Amino acid sequence: MQNEHLNSKKEKIPRTKISEQKPEERIKNFNEVELGYTEEEAVRESMRCLMCKKPKCIEGCPVNIDIKSFIAYIKNKEFEKALEKIREKNALPGVCGRVCPQEDQCEKTCILGIKDQPVAIGKLERFAADYEKNKNYVKNYKPNNSDEVNNFIKANKITNSNIESIRFNNIKVAVIGAGPAGLTCSGELAKMGYKVTLFEALHSPGGVLVYGIPEFRLPKKIVNDEVEYVKSLGVEIKLNTIIGKTFTIDELFSKGYKSVFIATGAGLPYFLGIKGENLNGVYSANEYLTRVNLMKAYLFPEWDTPIKKADIVSVIGGGNVALDSARTALRLGAKKVKLIYRRSEAEMPGRIEEIKHAKEEGVEMVYLTNPLEIIGENGWVKKIKCIRMQLGEPDESGRRRPLPITNSEHEIDTDIIVIAIGQGPNPVLTQTSPDIMLNKKGNIVTDAVGKTSKKGVFAGGDIVTGAATVILAMGAGKIVANAIDEYIKTGIW
Amino acid sequence: MVLENQIINKYNLTKEIVSFEVFSPTIANKAKAGQFVIVRASSNGERIPLTIADFNSTRGYINLTILKRGKSTNQLGLMEPGQLLNDIVGPLGKPSEIEKFGNVVVIGGGVGIAPILPIIKSLHYEDNYIISVLGAKSAEGLIFTKEIKQYSNEFHICTDDGSLGFKGFVSEFLLNYLKKDNKKINRVIAIGPALMMKAVCSITKNFNIKTIVSLNPIMVDGTGMCGSCRVEVANQTKFACVDGPEFDGHQVDFDLLISRLNIYCNEEDIALKKFMENHKCKMNI
Ligand SMILES: Cc1cc2nc3c(=O)[nH]c(=O)nc-3n(C[C@H](O)[C@H](O)[C@H](O)COP(=O)(O)OP(=O)(O)OC[C@H]3O[C@@H](n4cnc5c(N)ncnc54)[C@H](O)[C@@H]3O)c2cc1C
Ligand SMILES: Cc1cc2nc3c(=O)[nH]c(=O)nc-3n(C[C@H](O)[C@H](O)[C@H](O)COP(=O)(O)OP(=O)(O)OC[C@H]3O[C@@H](n4cnc5c(N)ncnc54)[C@H](O)[C@@H]3O)c2cc1C
Ligand code: SF4
Ligand code: SF4
Ligand code: FES
Repeated sequence: MQNEHLNSKKEKIPRTKISEQKPEERIKNFNEVELGYTEEEAVRESMRCLMCKKPKCIEGCPVNIDIKSFIAYIKNKEFEKALEKIREKNALPGVCGRVCPQEDQCEKTCILGIKDQPVAIGKLERFAADYEKNKNYVKNYKPNNSDEVNNFIKANKITNSNIESIRFNNIKVAVIGAGPAGLTCSGELAKMGYKVTLFEALHSPGGVLVYGIPEFRLPKKIVNDEVEYVKSLGVEIKLNTIIGKTFTIDELFSKGYKSVFIATGAGLPYFLGIKGENLNGVYSANEYLTRVNLMKAYLFPEWDTPIKKADIVSVIGGGNVALDSARTALRLGAKKVKLIYRRSEAEMPGRIEEIKHAKEEGVEMVYLTNPLEIIGENGWVKKIKCIRMQLGEPDESGRRRPLPITNSEHEIDTDIIVIAIGQGPNPVLTQTSPDIMLNKKGNIVTDAVGKTSKKGVFAGGDIVTGAATVILAMGAGKIVANAIDEYIKTGIW
Repeated sequence: MVLENQIINKYNLTKEIVSFEVFSPTIANKAKAGQFVIVRASSNGERIPLTIADFNSTRGYINLTILKRGKSTNQLGLMEPGQLLNDIVGPLGKPSEIEKFGNVVVIGGGVGIAPILPIIKSLHYEDNYIISVLGAKSAEGLIFTKEIKQYSNEFHICTDDGSLGFKGFVSEFLLNYLKKDNKKINRVIAIGPALMMKAVCSITKNFNIKTIVSLNPIMVDGTGMCGSCRVEVANQTKFACVDGPEFDGHQVDFDLLISRLNIYCNEEDIALKKFMENHKCKMNI
């Protein structure tokens, strides 16, 4: 092979850069920032992998993808096999390759990362997912039970099958919420032969992947493709259906569903509880991002939903949601975008890559600053009164606690404020099912496999853990799918 | 065969108000007075809240009565029986509190007359004495008068121009009525423009009569996910879509509601103008 010499352990190959849209270009559009590896780049990056005997990377991945093997396939240019390998553990590789906080997961434990930069596992995963072109559609195949289906899938090495006409085992399972947890669980159950109905409140499936994470970081086409894949496994998706309103959980049982999985996410936006927060021009990040992503306000008036555009936008918070809001504001034409965060950069929970992207694009980072009051004029926001903070001892999260500095109050001019300080569990469903136990924060309490206090009802993803990550939600969906299978087969709760 | 979300019947009630019967059996089966749905007319449409003005679970339809104001409601106004609404989700919000209160004044203003119809019906079945007061700019603007009269013990009409009934606002009528003080009023329910509800509340406060209003802030999801619909009630922030839409009117900050209703004025103008240009021939304006 031409690049053979690169494989020798002594020679250090630098981590392969991914090509990106230039910052000054990309803030004028909503297209994806990262353009993805070419074949050559992917192969080159795969050669950096040490093919460790004990691949630590796998331990770092919450769903334990066989990373070493899929990278080996990429190295051999067997890209479809690489994807197949990933899909054994992960139904949404195109999504995870893009949005996983790899620096805290697979790449954190990568052995190469001890002395050098870790293998770009996420980018390789994304490459494999994007490479897939010739989908393997299998139509008109009519097996009788799940074992037959599974054997067929194995025998034919099907990874992306369109097995529309499979006759399922006729046991109905209901999944509530079409985010990563719900989609994963539905897909897994369908593969086992269950007749899955996935109920979604909004008019579009994907959860945070469609209403929260922006197009420039996760193109909606990728989400749609992954949803189509889950549908092709036979999952029926019922949109515009709010469990707790349109039907209750007990009604689902009386309709013949044998088990229910609650995957309704953390959709309730928190506000600061300070004066002036209901002034015009103050948005929750959920509203700001939903208007732009789900409702396509950036295409207004071709699309009907409006969004306020303004010169100065201030975003409050330091996580992915805050970063996404800030970068969205730039793309909507803001001249100045400030990210106001009460701790320092080291404590920011956002993905490192997105912090870097945000800075390149010109987001002004205002660290160690906490809002006290929003000041308005004629009903519209004008200024934020803030106080400077300093870092004290670590708190229960292990991050250093921010403490106010006396007499450091000051005012920051702004036209729009986006509040991105976290989300809690939405109570619409749980209010109508008082027999499901909640913790103090309103999250559903479950055991290790997702069983709630109500027989036959499981829960997982953000509704259980609080706002977390895509891959953890998917991991929960998978564990629950197996637990549901066992519960239905044994009847044991 | 009738399809889910299909418009079964259309009634042009006034020049500005249309009423649709839409086939939506699941929602019709669940709906209660006071609840609403979120509708998208087309695949790139916005999500707009509309009260379930009536519902029939046997025939599986809900009634949506719509005042044509901006782009979305005008677009809906052009739809015809047989066509499908892109999305309908519901029923949303808390149902009206219905019990035997005694003497209840129910006020509907403009398109707000539509949502009082199911409330009056439910109150009627609980044996309340119903004094209904309907208001509109002029006689041609009144809707559902026959249906509402049928369930009312007293029936009053107010028009701004005096073309029918009392000449003046419903709030003025109410003040006169309460001053006469011939019977104890146990509760007032008022639905209509924010200014009307505000005026009604400032009167009933003086008479110490509990007053329920239905708030209509701008919404997106309608499920408590976005906070667009924030209102202040008793100095606390509430999400009208899940905590309401009905609230104790004496506690509501109406000025905030009115201010927030104007957030997108400029954008709404742009959208409406563009729409009108494309539909000039059909809209005869
Ligand atoms: C802006 C933003 C950026 C993020 N960036 C990242 C990132 O870069 N990397 C990462 O790993 N994570 C990120 N996250 C977090 C990640 O998206 C979530 O942890 C993950 O989506 C949780 O998945 P879930 O399936 O539990 O819930 P969700 O994705 O929230 O999906 C829940 C679904 O349930 C539906 N639903 C709710 N109630 C009902 C009901 N009563 N009936 C029917 N349906 C209902 C909702 O409409 C929604 O579609 C981000 C989150 C946000 C908001
Ligand atoms: C719970 C509730 C029930 C309602 N019931 C009815 C009803 O039965 N019949 C009816 O005609 N109207 C009803 N409305 C109001 C209706 O939703 C708005 O008139 C409609 O959204 C206007 O859209 P548009 O594009 O035609 O007008 P636009 O030009 O967009 O707006 C006109 C005005 O409508 C309001 N508005 C705009 N967008 C929204 C939105 N997404 N949500 C709420 N208000 C908005 C604003 O005050 C705006 O100034 C209800 C509102 C709420 C909150
Ligand atoms: S799913 Fe996420 S954590 Fe696992 S290998 Fe892929 S990018 Fe890494
Ligand atoms: S730990 Fe790193 S170097 Fe080792 S196999 Fe995994 S990706 Fe390759
Ligand atoms: S409309 Fe989004 S929270 Fe009420």
